[in-house]
Amino acid sequence: MRNVTTRLTTWWRAAALALVASVFWGVSMQPAQAEYGDVIINNYSDAAGMRPAVFPHWYHRIRFRCKVCHADLGFKFKAGGNKITMAKIIDGKFCGACHNGEIAWSVENCGLCHSGKPGMPTQIHGSTVQRLVAPTYKPADKK
Amino acid sequence: MNKTIRKIAVAAGFAAAVVLPLSGMAAEVPVSSAEVTGSTPAQLKVSNANVFNRLLKKEKDPNAAPWEDGIHDPENEATHALQPPKVAYEGWPRTPFGNHVDWVKALNDGLINPRYDRVDPTVEPLVMDLDIVRPVRASVPDVVFPHKPHTQWLHCSNCHPKIFIPQKGANQINMSAILLGKKCGVCHGKVAFPITTKSCKKCHSKPKPADWKPPLSEASVKNPWR
Repeated sequence: MRNVTTRLTTWWRAAALALVASVFWGVSMQPAQAEYGDVIINNYSDAAGMRPAVFPHWYHRIRFRCKVCHADLGFKFKAGGNKITMAKIIDGKFCGACHNGEIAWSVENCGLCHSGKPGMPTQIHGSTVQRLVAPTYKPADKK
Repeated sequence: MNKTIRKIAVAAGFAAAVVLPLSGMAAEVPVSSAEVTGSTPAQLKVSNANVFNRLLKKEKDPNAAPWEDGIHDPENEATHALQPPKVAYEGWPRTPFGNHVDWVKALNDGLINPRYDRVDPTVEPLVMDLDIVRPVRASVPDVVFPHKPHTQWLHCSNCHPKIFIPQKGANQINMSAILLGKKCGVCHGKVAFPITTKSCKKCHSKPKPADWKPPLSEASVKNPWR
């Protein structure tokens, strides 16, 4: 009888552990598989109570050559290095050069850019530096 | 012993049952040996611990839609209005790295026509067709830097003179710097095709001269016992 009880307890302990682990993993440890080159910009978003902005490089690359933003508009080759604010965008700088309702949709579509998961740090998704030097998420089996 | 195995089996079964509907990622579940060989489990008694590619990263969906890509918030309504990359890449030349798309080929094949000017779609890029050969001290093939595909996308001022001094022999480049995001790594490894073992030959493309021999190390040259 005692043996059976011990076994049951072990069973439940294992089950509970598995449940907790899988829930944790499902919620927080799901490895990101976003598009290569997607930039998450969270310089000021979290502090302002907005979702971080996600910039899809691939989408813009289909429509513009690198030169347009990185030479003409003055975007630096560094994630988060441009200190973009909504005030600058409304002034027609950075994203606002096109996202003004004439070339591309205007800034009232908040959620189209501010669509990242809250709390994510500024980074280029899938970059070599991210993979080799500063992985932003841990593999599921490490926690 | 028996108990331990049962415990593990129960834990694994439970984890699979809970994780699968939560994340919808079947690729994360270890593949049984039976699935690898294509035979039924009844005929094989190979343990799950002895599968192939145990420590390799599991294949992920290379072009996941924004709402299932792990960085976009699916609870944000506008996330579902964003275009999934797969839709845009339909029928394009593929590569096994980066966006899994050959951007230069897509451009040259006329599958895309990105603007060179913010407003005027008729402005033509200032293309320069000049290959720079960089001999490499190591035994890998020498590097050929083609200006053509770079100037199709970029302007001279993007690289010169801040990243690369436009002068022969003035630029020290090595793979560690590139992997850390310097020199070529300012773009390659972030947006332009990344440095993987599948992409070495894109740059290291010129075979060594027939009479080339690996240089002897200083330690070998100075070795008094040689």
